[in-house]
Order: sequence, then structure tokens, then C-alpha cells
Amino acid sequence: MKVLVPVKRVIDAYVSIRVKSDGSGVDTDNVKMSLNPFCEIALEEAIRLKEAGTATEVVLVSVGSADIETVMRSGLAMGADRAIRVDADNDVEPLAIAKILKHVVETEEAGLVITGKQSIDGDNNQTGQMLSALLGWSQATFASEVVLEGDSAKVTREIDGGLETVAIPMPAVITTDLRLNEPRYPTLPNIMKAKKKPLDVIALADTGVDAAKRQTITNVSPPEARSAGVMVGSVAELVDKLKNEAKVI
Amino acid sequence: MSDRNHWASFNWQDPFLLEQQLTDEENLTRESTQKFAQSVLAPRVIEDYRNEASDRELFKQMGEQGLLGAMIEGYDCAGMSYTSYGLIAREVERVDSGYRSMMSVQSSLVMFPIYAFGSEAQCNKYLPKLASGEWVGCFGLTEPDYGSDPAGMVTRAKTVSGGYQLSGAKMWISNAPIADVFVVWAKTDDGVVRGFILEKGMEGLSAPKITGKLSLRTSITGEIVMDNVFVPEDAMLPNVAGLKGPMSCLNSARLGISWGALGAAEACWHSARQYTLERTQFNRPLAANQLVQKKLADMQAEITLALQGCLRATRLKEEKKLAPELISLLKRNSCGKALEIARAARDMHGGNGISDEYPVMRHMINLETVNTYEGTHDIHALILGRAQTGIQAFF
Repeated sequence: MKVLVPVKRVIDAYVSIRVKSDGSGVDTDNVKMSLNPFCEIALEEAIRLKEAGTATEVVLVSVGSADIETVMRSGLAMGADRAIRVDADNDVEPLAIAKILKHVVETEEAGLVITGKQSIDGDNNQTGQMLSALLGWSQATFASEVVLEGDSAKVTREIDGGLETVAIPMPAVITTDLRLNEPRYPTLPNIMKAKKKPLDVIALADTGVDAAKRQTITNVSPPEARSAGVMVGSVAELVDKLKNEAKVI
Repeated sequence: MSDRNHWASFNWQDPFLLEQQLTDEENLTRESTQKFAQSVLAPRVIEDYRNEASDRELFKQMGEQGLLGAMIEGYDCAGMSYTSYGLIAREVERVDSGYRSMMSVQSSLVMFPIYAFGSEAQCNKYLPKLASGEWVGCFGLTEPDYGSDPAGMVTRAKTVSGGYQLSGAKMWISNAPIADVFVVWAKTDDGVVRGFILEKGMEGLSAPKITGKLSLRTSITGEIVMDNVFVPEDAMLPNVAGLKGPMSCLNSARLGISWGALGAAEACWHSARQYTLERTQFNRPLAANQLVQKKLADMQAEITLALQGCLRATRLKEEKKLAPELISLLKRNSCGKALEIARAARDMHGGNGISDEYPVMRHMINLETVNTYEGTHDIHALILGRAQTGIQAFF
């Protein structure tokens, strides 16, 4: 079974985000970019399936300009067999991404898609679900455990207040939550091998997908800065402030 | 904003944007080595340092990650650029100079001479097992009475029937007590320095541990004692004669040290910044004091400028245009500055700075060694002095 792992390049999770002063977006000048952490988890899961003999090939796919190839190479160094980049702008919307992925799933004849539940930049949490609907496949989202059993998959999902285990027929789209696994970091020999692994580029036009934007971002603003706390002298003063200033009791 | 007046925002950790001058492969190497160092080495460093523990298992873990002999092509080595080798040293030494020493000795002082001066049979026999960390190697040049003056060495390799008989003693040898492979430099009957590969268990060969070390406590150090050790003819490194053999190994190692010491310096700088931001005295953070900010600015400037120097020199090395004197300049600068930075950072941590809960004093004590070994601060100054005056002032 071939496993397709759609991934996204995002601003590194440990970088402090700067919003552009004109509110048009986030400053990406000189900012470190990485694989989306949820996508890294998805890739790790796929590599483990291959190591266990369940998957035969792990194919990485991403949509964007040549700039994203750097992080795709890091996925190849982790252990993906090859990669496909669909050449497009870096801000294609979730529905168009899902349509593009549907095309890739069909041409690659993949039997399973594992991807991150969402990217840490857009936080849309839509692509996996849309892809499953477009393909007419089962879906299991927010996976914290995945067990493949022949024609079905048993997936433990993280839901409000606990865990839910669902059995779904294959083929399926599975989206990963944070606790599914701990992704490996590449060894140096694997970094060298990754340079020789195929990274094919497909033109957007060849997928037949209209990736025109349907949304316009009107404003991006940073979260309000927290103001400094105050020390209170007594319980009475605390209660007074909570009641009359914060108005929470 | 007009394109004619465009300014980017400042990256205080990396003012010259060093990462943008690296290839994808080099950045990935740095990142994965950082993850290795922080997840495998950092959690054990306090205990290893306290107990003066040198775990052979660490060599296997480094080998699995591909850190040993990473710049060597073939023989199960990663075959990376020298810049990658420098970045690896920096990330490992960010945790501890002792761990970096273990790695540098294996890579530059044992694997490199076998690769550069050894026969094909020697390469095939030793390099794959040294790369995997299954075997540990050490390098014997320094003697009790000959440190900065290696030409005076008294270790002899006497020609005997079927090979050589080695006698002498080597001192301050990293990895020696746990080593399987010993690259030893000795003078043959004609007075020429040659390299020999010795193996653990050879009759007359012993490697007692040097105890009482206050520095580099995570890296075991010993002597090599050779009491008429017989080695066959094919134990000699065939392709080099004279001091240029050991010296070229040291040049390779020193380039790594130039990068590595800056990793330790960065760890001290970042720790001092964090500590002085969090520690409040007189109702404000220590970092609000001008004296503190001046020290932080000095650290930032020295480190970022030195890293640019290291990168430039390493690129020259990759282009085969590097002169050894530039390595002297960098080794001396990186180690001396890193030591000063570690001392200042120790000071900025106040009383807490003497505790091993903070890395600064450990780095400071380690850097005393790093500043001394592989050519002291002063001896490198004499090399540079000679290079610009034409007058040697060693003696």
C-alpha cells in the first residue's frame, strides 16, 4: 500500500511571530521556516507503517513555489521515499489544496492519506476533511493512535473530554493530533541520501484545479499585549478588585 | 515603504543571518545535530560531569547519528562538507566541550589520518567501525616533556624483523583508557616522525587514566605507555612522513574547535541573557542594568563576528585555499573569546553561577582546557607573529 503524506511549510513553531505594521499579514523576511509540526507527525506515522511492512512506499506531497523544497528535503531525510511538489503560489486555500491532493491521490493510486490535522499558521483544520469528502473515502481526524487491520483502520481520536476509538473502512484519510508519536530527526547519512531522492514537480494546470482565491484577508493583528499584574495588599482588596474592576465575581 | 530605504528587522541571536549563508544540507545537519545534542547529550551532562563518567555507549549513539568522521567520503561515513563538520562541533559543544572533544578526536585525529595517510586495507579495516562508534580511537602525539614542541618527541619506533618496536609514553590523550585503536606518532631509526596504528591488547601497551581532572570531566583522558610494543610493518601509515602528518590532523581538528568553542560561548551568552532577564533585584531585572547590557552586547559581537570568520575559513578549506595560519588565528580567537565570555557569564549569574544547575561554570572550566589543548593561545600567537615578521620566537 502506498501512503501519501501531504505536508505544509510554515513559520517555525519556535519563532516569535511579527505582524507587518500595515496589518496586511505576517512578516516572513529572514524568518526560519519548517515542516508543520502536525505534518511531521503524519510523516513519522507513515514511515513507521513502512518500517512495519504495512506500507510499501511513503510519498510526500506539498503545494507551493520552489521555496518549499527545502522543508520537503527535510521530510525526505526523515525517511519519505520520494516527493511531489505541485507548483503554485504559497497561499492556496484549503478547498483548492484538497482538490489538488485528490488529483495526486488518484494519479498515484495511494491507499491511505495521513496528514496533519491543521497547519499552525492558518489553523484552518479543513484540508483533510475536504479531501476525504472529495474522494468519497472514510475519514478519522485528530488521531492519537492508528492501527491498520486489513481493510479497516482503528483510530483513536482526541475529543473533548477524552478519547474515542472509531473503526473505519479503508481507503481513508487520517489526520494526526499532537500525541500520535514523536517524530524522529534525520541522521547525517540520511540527510545525504535525501539529496538523491526524487522530488518531482507537477504544474498546477496539469491537476485541472482552479486555485483562484475565494477569500480576501482584510486585516491581521497581533494578540493584545498582556498588561502587567498588580500586587494586592489583602484578601478584601483582591475581592474588591475582582468584583468592581475585573467584574468576574 | 519605499524600496530605496528598506531595512529588515534585527535577529539578535544571528545578526549576520549565518543560516542564510548555509546550504539546505548544512542547515538540516545543524538542526538534526541540535536535536540530537539537546535530547541525548543535554539530559545526562550534569551527572556525567559530576561523576567523571565517559560512556562508550555515547560513541555508538554519535555513530548512529552519523557524527563520527562526518566529513569523510565513503567507508560508511556521511561525506558532508567541512562546514557541516563545524556546525556539528558547535551544536555538540553547546552542550559540553568534553562531548565535542570525544567526537573531534575520533573524527579528526583518528579517522582523518587513517583516511588521508592510510593504506586502503587500513581504511577498510578501521574506518567503518570507528564511524559506527563500535571502536573508540585516540591520538598520541603529546608527551610528558614535549607539548608545544612535538619535534622533540622521544617515542621511538625501532625497526625489527617483520615490523617495528615502539617505546615511549604519551600524555593527555583523550579517549585513551577506553580506546580500541591508537594512532601514535613516533620517530623511526632515521629520526623521521611516522604514524602507527596500535590496537588494544597488544603486548606492552597500556593506557592508564589520568585522574583529578577539574576540566572536561565528561571526556576521559589518559596516558599511552608503550613498553617495547611490537607492531607489524603494515601498522605504519604509509603515506606521510614528518611532523606534517600530525599537524594536518591538528589543523582539521582545530577548525572544528574554532566552531565548537563558539557553541559553548553561545550557550553561556544565552544563559546569561535569560538569567539576567528573569532575576530581579531592586525591583527590576538585572538585564535593566547598563553594565549587564554592555556585557551582553560584547558577547553578541564577539560570537557573531567569530562565526563569520569560521564560516569564511571553512569555505576556503572547501575550496582548498585555506592556509594553516588562519586556523591558528581562529582557534586562538574562538577559544580565548569563548573563555572570556564564559567567565563574564559566570559572573552575571551571581551566586547561582557556581552551581551545576546552570551550565556557565562548567563551560568556563572546560574552556580552560579548550584554550590550552591543540596549541595554546600563546603558541598560536607565535605562529601568527612569525607569519607576519618572518622571525620565529618560539625559543
